[in-house]
Amino acid sequence: MLLELLISTLTQGLIYALISFGVYITYSILDFPDLGVDGAFPLGAAVTAVLLTNGVQAWLTLPLAMLAGAAAGLFTGVIHVKLGVRNLLAGIITMTALFSINLQIAGSNLTVPRDIDTIFTSAPVMSIFGGLNTMGRKLVVSLVVVVVVKLALDAYFRTKSGLLLRAVGDNPGLVTTLAKDRGSVKLLGLVVSNALVSLGGCIVCHEQRSFSATMGTGQLVYGLAAVIIGISIRNVYAASPAARTLQKRKALRWLAVPAGTTAVISGSILYKLCVQAALSAGLPANMMKLVTAALFLLVLVLSGRKGEEIIHA
Amino acid sequence: MLEVQNITKIYNPGTVMEHRLFQDFSLTVDEGQFVAIVGGNGSGKTSLLNIICGTIPLESGDVRIDGQSIAKRKDYQRYANMGRVYQNPSAGVCPNLTMLENLSLADNKGKPFNLTRAVNRSRVDFYRDQLRALDLGLEDKLDVRMGSLSGGQRQAVSLLMASMTPLRFLILDEHTAALDPKTAEIIMGLTDRIIREKSLTAMMVTHNLRHAVEYGDRILMMYQGSIVLDRAGEAKKNTSMDEILSMFNRISTQ
Repeated sequence: MLLELLISTLTQGLIYALISFGVYITYSILDFPDLGVDGAFPLGAAVTAVLLTNGVQAWLTLPLAMLAGAAAGLFTGVIHVKLGVRNLLAGIITMTALFSINLQIAGSNLTVPRDIDTIFTSAPVMSIFGGLNTMGRKLVVSLVVVVVVKLALDAYFRTKSGLLLRAVGDNPGLVTTLAKDRGSVKLLGLVVSNALVSLGGCIVCHEQRSFSATMGTGQLVYGLAAVIIGISIRNVYAASPAARTLQKRKALRWLAVPAGTTAVISGSILYKLCVQAALSAGLPANMMKLVTAALFLLVLVLSGRKGEEIIHA
Repeated sequence: MLEVQNITKIYNPGTVMEHRLFQDFSLTVDEGQFVAIVGGNGSGKTSLLNIICGTIPLESGDVRIDGQSIAKRKDYQRYANMGRVYQNPSAGVCPNLTMLENLSLADNKGKPFNLTRAVNRSRVDFYRDQLRALDLGLEDKLDVRMGSLSGGQRQAVSLLMASMTPLRFLILDEHTAALDPKTAEIIMGLTDRIIREKSLTAMMVTHNLRHAVEYGDRILMMYQGSIVLDRAGEAKKNTSMDEILSMFNRISTQ
């Protein structure tokens, strides 16, 4: 029973890490608190639920949900960059608009019938991991998806485009003197970020077999908490004697300073574990968001968060 | 040739704070000229640089390069053949990226920022040579976060980055003001070397009158949005430090 709870919490932590990746890009790298996350997350789920019930192949819903998220990010970006609306407000406008759009897409709250294959029961997965029970399969498939996205992101951050993205959050003025329009770079960051958040919504929809219009509430706070926990822990670890020893050996250096994406995954898992622990201790499910908020506050205070230390970490 | 023609710049127009800085102001800078600009606070030195770079808008007038107007161009478009170094040593670099990443960014200016690898390993030796020439011991610090270097080191790298790709104009905005006297001398010497080697047209705002007299081909003194002294060529050579200093004192006590 405890093991089952642990596996399902771990799976949740992994799936929700996808949202945190998106938040990591906007908040940590671009210094842009994008409230559009609360809309892009259910958008991914809405698109997925509709596609699945219409018989679209399960794995095909992933790129399509990402495309929908990318469009949402583009919308926020255009409002902010081209129309000059402040970043927080641009996100709020997108979030509000998406609430109606998501309901338009899905019609209403939607449940995916049991006889329809999700990515966890699709043929290729069953042929490899058919021996596992549903829970084990969900864990393994989520792990594979998250690791693939993490590696892709790490690779992207090392490209010229990725480096410019990191530069625009660090010193926008420098990007201008490189004869690059910082606005377009921000726009690109928002597109990538929201695509990832929608991918998170997509996988959650596969896992829960449902979309609800309100499922986005509090997702930005969740993503922020995961990012801040993950980065804080990594910073503590990187300053530890163990990490310093590893740093001295060239072959092991990558272990000494884990990538931001790795930190975000661990933050996400840890956060889900904390919430689950609170629920297991007898807290009613209705109190979930209160626990989320309280935990987030705790994390902020404990990490002694000063924006510039989190940025780019 | 860089021309600023009949510009008017008004801060806070239409309010009680309205301040008319430039009124029908013009300036022509010849190709390859190193112009040093001095003047008290609020005399319009930095505003002039910002107008040339497109950082702040103009009320009227024109900015031209080789007779072609660039007044309508966005700031980032103007930087295609311009480099700029600021007073704050952090402003010219990305403090959270490593030196190698910073240099790679600068090295890629003018080329597409696509999905190829950002750090080109075959360029590392070139970067090392450039850093070694600075003589600040930076050649072994390629993997160090830029923000953990000293102000002088960061400013030296800023200069290197600003002038790494082919360019015509170098804009220096009090770029030695935040440095200690010894480092300021090193950076100033380096600046001069880069400008001469690459035959750049340079505009340098400075509060160091000696630097202005020593390094500039032409010296401008500004006061309340006007040029009150403009010496170039022979006239500049015959201008003494004392003359500049006494004039500076005269206008700043007015």
